[in-house]
Amino acid sequence: MKRVAVIVFPGSNCDAETLAAARAAGSDAYFVWHRDTDLRQADVVILPGGFSYGDYLRSGAIARFSKVMGAVAEHARAGGAVLGICNGFQILCEAGLLPGGLMRNARLRFLSRPVWVRVEQTDTPFTCFYEPGEVLELPVAHGDGRYVVDPRTATELEATDRVVWRYVRDNPNGSTNEIAGVTNAGRNVVGIMPHPERRDAPALGGQDGARVFHSMEARHATQHVADVRAVDDRHLRV
Amino acid sequence: MSAFRVEVRVMPRAALLDPQGQAVEHALHALGFGEVARVRMGKHLVLDVKAASRDEALERARAMCDRLLANPVTEDYDLAVDGGATR
Repeated sequence: MKRVAVIVFPGSNCDAETLAAARAAGSDAYFVWHRDTDLRQADVVILPGGFSYGDYLRSGAIARFSKVMGAVAEHARAGGAVLGICNGFQILCEAGLLPGGLMRNARLRFLSRPVWVRVEQTDTPFTCFYEPGEVLELPVAHGDGRYVVDPRTATELEATDRVVWRYVRDNPNGSTNEIAGVTNAGRNVVGIMPHPERRDAPALGGQDGARVFHSMEARHATQHVADVRAVDDRHLRV
Repeated sequence: MSAFRVEVRVMPRAALLDPQGQAVEHALHALGFGEVARVRMGKHLVLDVKAASRDEALERARAMCDRLLANPVTEDYDLAVDGGATR
């Protein structure tokens, strides 16, 4: 049973669903308030969706300086698994734990609807229960979802297999290279714009997102560091 | 210590799509201002800063921009300082 800390910022609004999704996967999930500095021996940290600090200045720009973020950065540096969903993804980018940034949707409208994403990488702590190339239906709910990264970093992300999910059928927000989620060089920090926690049971209209939480529960938080080997530039899970 | 007014202009990177600027541009065209070739939209922040000198006020404001006020991935900024009157 993994210990999963769901961080709550002022303005988080997907924290309860995220906690419920982690518990449904068998995790020992609990909330950690943004002013706390103790993650209570978490194996996994999740930054949930919402509108922390009202999205003032830029989405995630103020939350990244919360007290708890020092502990989150330390956990990430030690190889611990971190997942940022929607606003959590924005916070991880602002904190420099993931490359790039998220800007206003290309067509300006706030989008609240299902999208389709292809699983590009299955050697992360949050995607190991998916098949490579699987297409998932997941909802988005964001105004600032356009993933932007400079061309050099975009090339590097592609060359090092760090695009974890990619929009298919359409690019809802104008993201660079249709990127819906990325991972860091250590492959332990992952961000995703759509909401897997909102599709984790048939009653919610589908369960394409459930395996994000089952993946994290099944794997040791630090397992990937020792157990993912690159052979001929391809990452193998052993 | 003197008080300086630092004005910070934060703009989306020139190479990046600025959909808000485009929407304003289309609205201006619709109102008959066809002479507008391009609109870019950013943020303007006004900071009252206490500092020993104008240079120090600028240097501190630059540090604020680098850490918080602008995101170097998506935005550029520039600064202007006024004042210097002792308060």
